[in-house]
Amino acid sequence: MTLRVQGLGKRYGDSWALRDCSFELERGRVTALVGANGAGKTTLLTMLAGVLRPDEGTVEARGRISFVAQDKPLYGHLDAGGMFQIARRLNDVWHQQRAESWARRFDVPLDRRCRRLSTGQQTQVALAVALGSRPDVLLLDEPLASLDPVVRRDVMRELLTEAADTGMALLMSTHVVAEISGVADSLVLLRGGKLVLSGDLDELMSSHSRYVGPPARTPPAGEVVHASHHEQQSAFLVRGGDRPGEPWVTEPVTVEDLVLAHLTGGGAA
Amino acid sequence: MSVVEFRIDRGAGVPAYLQLVRQVREALRLGWLKPGDRLPTVREVVRASGVNANTVLKAYRELELSGLVEARQGSGTFVKASLGSADPHIMAELRERLAGWVKQAHAAGLEDEDVRALLRIVLAEREK
Repeated sequence: MTLRVQGLGKRYGDSWALRDCSFELERGRVTALVGANGAGKTTLLTMLAGVLRPDEGTVEARGRISFVAQDKPLYGHLDAGGMFQIARRLNDVWHQQRAESWARRFDVPLDRRCRRLSTGQQTQVALAVALGSRPDVLLLDEPLASLDPVVRRDVMRELLTEAADTGMALLMSTHVVAEISGVADSLVLLRGGKLVLSGDLDELMSSHSRYVGPPARTPPAGEVVHASHHEQQSAFLVRGGDRPGEPWVTEPVTVEDLVLAHLTGGGAA
Repeated sequence: MSVVEFRIDRGAGVPAYLQLVRQVREALRLGWLKPGDRLPTVREVVRASGVNANTVLKAYRELELSGLVEARQGSGTFVKASLGSADPHIMAELRERLAGWVKQAHAAGLEDEDVRALLRIVLAEREK
């Protein structure tokens, strides 16, 4: 375990932005954090980063944590080189070469003021600063949102390589569900401030199925996550249960099916 | 230089590691990989394909358990056994005839999905 979250909660006034949130991040593993806007992703990440104080629950971490927030706070009047100097002073551990090679890899001029860099380049500076501090846990809030598809793919590859090389645990929130498979090992899914699904992605995929058959109110097996009914047929995305026989057809569940079903619910979830 | 290039169909209902296992098995069946060949290192796959290191490790472990590859300390993962006993010439000939058949099917207005469905049906009927 590199980071353990237990019963974490945050309240704004009378309403809970996040509640009863428990999961663990393991060394070298990549976890995707998904949820609709306002589900509590950013609240969770900022608490894990130690920026926001939880109202209940605990975060227990081993090692250093780096956090790249969505708005990527940089000093606009400094260039990337200047940002690295500040980071060197603020961090106990600093790996200059790692930060510089990241910036170079993504064509960020080290001597141009941050405010004059493109949004994508600013993202790269923020990532370079985060990686330069050699984190054991890297938290990224929508890290790739400002990048074009090609750079996006390259950044993901580099981040995965860093995770493999250094054993750092990576937790990243994302809206691009289609890109999760093969990239993330685990999933943490928030809905309305609650953790509704978490665990190993392969296990989650194999414990869910989609059954399609004649109109029915309840599925032939398993616990309903999502149901859809049409005149001629009913379809259920279920968790657990034995594979039903005729007339039901069992279809494999994609990561996207799984995530969307849990995000929209419609069943007991 | 490695022979296989992995790719993940992120929209598939198959876990990513099993997709990698399938691709290695396919390469073995088609003779693109032979006993003694080295599989790309985990790091190489991560860099080239953007697949998570644990996914690659899991796939390699699965292949090792089924006796198809072996990990040699410090030097990599190597193909141990081949799959499919067909003569390469016969394989090539069958492939060519299949390509001809697919061309015919397309000419008759069938789409890839129809072709796959037909193949599945024929295989399923043989099993009975």
